[in-house]
Amino acid sequence: MGAAQRAGFDEDDVMKIGMAVRESMVNAVVHGNRYNANKKVRFSVANNRERFTVRIADEGDGFDYSCLPDPRLPENLMCTSGRGLFLVRSFMDEFQVRRLDPAGTEVTLVKYMVSK
Amino acid sequence: MSVKLNIRQVGDVSLVDVAGRITLGEGSSTLRDSVREMVSKGQKKILLNLGEVSYIDSSGIGELVSAFTTVTNGGGQLKLLNLTKRVRDLLQITKLYTVFDVHDSEVSAIRSFS
Repeated sequence: MGAAQRAGFDEDDVMKIGMAVRESMVNAVVHGNRYNANKKVRFSVANNRERFTVRIADEGDGFDYSCLPDPRLPENLMCTSGRGLFLVRSFMDEFQVRRLDPAGTEVTLVKYMVSK
Repeated sequence: MSVKLNIRQVGDVSLVDVAGRITLGEGSSTLRDSVREMVSKGQKKILLNLGEVSYIDSSGIGELVSAFTTVTNGGGQLKLLNLTKRVRDLLQITKLYTVFDVHDSEVSAIRSFS
Protein backbone atom coordinates (compact mmCIF):
# COMPACT_ATOMS: atom_id res chain seq x y z
CA MET A 1 0.00 0.00 0.00
CA GLY A 2 2.97 2.26 0.59
CA ALA A 3 4.00 1.78 -3.03
CA ALA A 4 0.52 2.76 -4.20
CA GLN A 5 0.58 5.85 -1.99
CA ARG A 6 3.98 6.88 -3.33
CA ALA A 7 2.69 6.36 -6.88
CA GLY A 8 0.12 9.08 -6.20
CA PHE A 9 -3.12 7.17 -5.77
CA ASP A 10 -5.74 8.67 -3.48
CA GLU A 11 -6.92 6.98 -0.28
CA ASP A 12 -9.81 5.20 -1.97
CA ASP A 13 -7.63 3.72 -4.72
CA VAL A 14 -4.92 2.77 -2.22
CA MET A 15 -7.57 0.86 -0.26
CA LYS A 16 -8.77 -0.90 -3.42
CA ILE A 17 -5.27 -1.82 -4.56
CA GLY A 18 -4.38 -3.02 -1.06
CA MET A 19 -7.48 -5.17 -0.84
CA ALA A 20 -6.92 -6.62 -4.33
CA VAL A 21 -3.35 -7.52 -3.42
CA ARG A 22 -4.34 -9.09 -0.09
CA GLU A 23 -7.09 -11.14 -1.73
CA SER A 24 -4.66 -12.30 -4.44
CA MET A 25 -2.05 -13.23 -1.85
CA VAL A 26 -4.64 -15.24 0.08
CA ASN A 27 -5.64 -16.99 -3.16
CA ALA A 28 -1.98 -17.83 -3.85
CA VAL A 29 -1.39 -19.28 -0.37
CA VAL A 30 -4.77 -20.99 0.12
CA HIS A 31 -5.97 -22.06 -3.33
CA GLY A 32 -2.63 -22.07 -5.15
CA ASN A 33 -0.07 -23.48 -2.73
CA ARG A 34 -2.77 -25.01 -0.51
CA TYR A 35 -0.95 -23.93 2.66
CA ASN A 36 2.15 -25.93 1.66
CA ALA A 37 4.92 -24.20 3.61
CA ASN A 38 7.51 -25.52 1.15
CA LYS A 39 5.93 -23.61 -1.72
CA LYS A 40 6.70 -19.96 -2.22
CA VAL A 41 4.66 -16.96 -3.30
CA ARG A 42 6.53 -14.37 -5.35
CA PHE A 43 5.40 -10.77 -5.35
CA SER A 44 6.55 -7.78 -7.37
CA VAL A 45 5.39 -4.20 -7.85
CA ALA A 46 6.28 -1.88 -10.71
CA ASN A 47 4.91 1.34 -12.04
CA ASN A 48 5.46 3.75 -14.88
CA ARG A 49 3.60 6.86 -15.98
CA GLU A 50 0.57 4.89 -17.08
CA ARG A 51 0.30 1.69 -15.09
CA PHE A 52 0.77 0.42 -11.54
CA THR A 53 1.41 -3.30 -11.86
CA VAL A 54 1.46 -6.01 -9.20
CA ARG A 55 2.42 -9.59 -10.01
CA ILE A 56 1.80 -12.48 -7.61
CA ALA A 57 2.90 -16.01 -8.44
CA ASP A 58 2.34 -19.24 -6.56
CA GLU A 59 3.76 -22.73 -7.07
CA GLY A 60 0.50 -24.66 -6.92
CA ASP A 61 -1.45 -26.74 -9.41
CA GLY A 62 -3.65 -23.82 -10.37
CA PHE A 63 -7.34 -23.66 -11.06
CA ASP A 64 -9.52 -22.41 -13.88
CA TYR A 65 -10.23 -18.77 -13.15
CA SER A 66 -12.67 -18.57 -16.06
CA CYS A 67 -15.04 -21.04 -14.40
CA LEU A 68 -15.62 -19.05 -11.21
CA PRO A 69 -19.29 -18.13 -10.76
CA ASP A 70 -20.51 -14.55 -10.40
CA PRO A 71 -21.18 -14.09 -6.65
CA ARG A 72 -23.80 -11.42 -7.42
CA LEU A 73 -26.17 -13.84 -9.13
CA PRO A 74 -29.23 -14.64 -7.01
CA GLU A 75 -28.31 -18.32 -6.75
CA ASN A 76 -24.84 -17.40 -5.41
CA LEU A 77 -25.73 -14.44 -3.23
CA MET A 78 -25.85 -16.41 0.02
CA CYS A 79 -22.66 -18.38 -0.64
CA THR A 80 -20.10 -17.90 2.11
CA SER A 81 -17.13 -17.90 -0.27
CA GLY A 82 -16.25 -17.02 -3.85
CA ARG A 83 -16.04 -13.22 -3.61
CA GLY A 84 -12.27 -12.70 -3.43
CA LEU A 85 -11.50 -12.79 -7.13
CA PHE A 86 -14.62 -10.82 -7.93
CA LEU A 87 -13.39 -8.03 -5.64
CA VAL A 88 -9.94 -8.12 -7.26
CA ARG A 89 -11.50 -7.72 -10.70
CA SER A 90 -13.78 -4.96 -9.45
CA PHE A 91 -10.99 -2.94 -7.86
CA MET A 92 -8.34 -3.20 -10.58
CA ASP A 93 -8.43 -2.00 -14.19
CA GLU A 94 -6.83 -5.15 -15.59
CA PHE A 95 -6.55 -8.69 -14.30
CA GLN A 96 -4.58 -11.38 -16.11
CA VAL A 97 -3.79 -14.99 -15.25
CA ARG A 98 -0.86 -16.96 -16.63
CA ARG A 99 0.06 -20.59 -16.02
CA LEU A 100 3.71 -21.05 -15.19
CA ASP A 101 6.00 -23.83 -16.35
CA PRO A 102 6.48 -26.34 -14.74
CA ALA A 103 3.91 -25.38 -12.09
CA GLY A 104 2.22 -22.40 -10.62
CA THR A 105 0.00 -19.51 -11.52
CA GLU A 106 0.88 -15.86 -11.91
CA VAL A 107 -1.76 -13.15 -11.63
CA THR A 108 -1.10 -9.64 -12.85
CA LEU A 109 -3.07 -6.77 -11.38
CA VAL A 110 -2.97 -3.39 -13.11
CA LYS A 111 -4.33 -0.05 -11.94
CA TYR A 112 -4.12 2.84 -14.37
CA MET A 113 -2.21 5.81 -13.04
CA VAL A 114 -4.28 8.90 -12.39
CA SER A 115 -3.25 11.95 -14.40
CA LYS A 116 -1.96 14.78 -12.25
CA MET B 1 -5.50 -5.91 15.66
CA SER B 2 -7.66 -8.99 15.25
CA VAL B 3 -11.37 -8.83 15.83
CA LYS B 4 -12.76 -8.06 19.28
CA LEU B 5 -16.36 -8.70 20.23
CA ASN B 6 -18.30 -7.20 23.11
CA ILE B 7 -21.80 -8.52 23.60
CA ARG B 8 -24.40 -6.33 25.31
CA GLN B 9 -27.95 -7.33 26.09
CA VAL B 10 -30.47 -4.58 25.35
CA GLY B 11 -33.87 -5.97 26.26
CA ASP B 12 -34.18 -9.13 24.21
CA VAL B 13 -31.69 -7.93 21.60
CA SER B 14 -28.10 -9.17 21.69
CA LEU B 15 -25.99 -6.25 20.53
CA VAL B 16 -22.53 -7.28 19.41
CA ASP B 17 -19.96 -4.49 19.19
CA VAL B 18 -17.42 -5.69 16.63
CA ALA B 19 -14.02 -3.96 16.47
CA GLY B 20 -10.90 -4.66 14.43
CA ARG B 21 -10.37 -6.83 11.39
CA ILE B 22 -12.76 -9.49 10.11
CA THR B 23 -10.44 -11.47 7.87
CA LEU B 24 -9.56 -15.03 6.94
CA GLY B 25 -8.61 -17.00 10.03
CA GLU B 26 -9.11 -15.86 13.58
CA GLY B 27 -11.15 -12.77 12.74
CA SER B 28 -13.84 -14.64 10.89
CA SER B 29 -13.91 -17.74 13.10
CA THR B 30 -14.34 -15.62 16.25
CA LEU B 31 -17.45 -13.99 14.79
CA ARG B 32 -18.77 -17.31 13.49
CA ASP B 33 -18.32 -19.06 16.84
CA SER B 34 -19.94 -16.23 18.78
CA VAL B 35 -23.00 -16.08 16.55
CA ARG B 36 -23.43 -19.84 16.67
CA GLU B 37 -23.16 -19.80 20.45
CA MET B 38 -25.78 -17.07 20.75
CA VAL B 39 -28.15 -18.96 18.46
CA SER B 40 -27.60 -22.21 20.36
CA LYS B 41 -28.54 -20.37 23.57
CA GLY B 42 -31.81 -19.33 21.98
CA GLN B 43 -30.98 -15.75 21.04
CA LYS B 44 -33.32 -14.71 18.24
CA LYS B 45 -32.49 -11.02 17.84
CA ILE B 46 -28.89 -10.24 17.03
CA LEU B 47 -27.55 -6.83 16.05
CA LEU B 48 -23.96 -6.56 14.80
CA ASN B 49 -22.48 -3.10 15.36
CA LEU B 50 -19.73 -2.85 12.75
CA GLY B 51 -18.84 0.78 13.45
CA GLU B 52 -15.35 -0.05 14.70
CA VAL B 53 -14.46 -2.59 12.00
CA SER B 54 -11.24 -1.35 10.43
CA TYR B 55 -10.97 -3.91 7.67
CA ILE B 56 -12.98 -6.74 6.21
CA ASP B 57 -11.96 -9.11 3.41
CA SER B 58 -13.94 -11.52 1.25
CA SER B 59 -13.77 -14.16 4.00
CA GLY B 60 -15.19 -11.64 6.45
CA ILE B 61 -18.03 -10.84 4.08
CA GLY B 62 -18.65 -14.56 3.80
CA GLU B 63 -18.84 -14.75 7.59
CA LEU B 64 -21.49 -12.03 7.67
CA VAL B 65 -23.50 -14.10 5.19
CA SER B 66 -22.90 -17.22 7.27
CA ALA B 67 -24.02 -15.42 10.42
CA PHE B 68 -27.16 -14.20 8.67
CA THR B 69 -27.98 -17.73 7.49
CA THR B 70 -27.24 -19.27 10.89
CA VAL B 71 -29.52 -16.83 12.72
CA THR B 72 -32.28 -16.98 10.08
CA ASN B 73 -32.25 -20.79 10.05
CA GLY B 74 -32.54 -20.68 13.83
CA GLY B 75 -35.74 -18.67 13.50
CA GLY B 76 -34.16 -15.36 14.40
CA GLN B 77 -33.15 -12.07 12.84
CA LEU B 78 -29.67 -10.64 12.31
CA LYS B 79 -29.27 -6.97 11.49
CA LEU B 80 -26.31 -4.68 10.91
CA LEU B 81 -25.57 -1.35 12.56
CA ASN B 82 -23.16 1.52 11.80
CA LEU B 83 -21.48 0.32 8.63
CA THR B 84 -18.27 2.12 7.76
CA LYS B 85 -18.05 3.48 4.23
CA ARG B 86 -15.74 0.65 3.22
CA VAL B 87 -17.99 -2.09 4.54
CA ARG B 88 -21.02 -0.39 2.99
CA ASP B 89 -19.23 -0.14 -0.37
CA LEU B 90 -18.25 -3.81 -0.24
CA LEU B 91 -21.80 -4.91 0.53
CA GLN B 92 -23.06 -2.78 -2.34
CA ILE B 93 -20.50 -4.10 -4.84
CA THR B 94 -21.34 -7.67 -3.90
CA LYS B 95 -25.10 -6.90 -3.96
CA LEU B 96 -25.43 -8.02 -0.35
CA TYR B 97 -26.59 -4.64 0.85
CA THR B 98 -30.19 -5.55 0.06
CA VAL B 99 -29.90 -8.87 1.89
CA PHE B 100 -29.12 -7.30 5.24
CA ASP B 101 -31.33 -4.96 7.23
CA VAL B 102 -28.88 -2.09 7.83
CA HIS B 103 -29.32 0.69 10.41
CA ASP B 104 -27.40 3.83 11.34
CA SER B 105 -29.02 4.32 14.75
CA GLU B 106 -28.80 1.89 17.64
CA VAL B 107 -32.19 2.92 18.98
CA SER B 108 -34.01 2.51 15.65
CA ALA B 109 -32.21 -0.76 15.01
CA ILE B 110 -33.34 -2.18 18.35
CA ARG B 111 -36.88 -0.96 17.80
CA SER B 112 -36.97 -2.54 14.34
CA PHE B 113 -36.84 -6.08 15.71
CA SER B 114 -40.33 -7.51 15.60
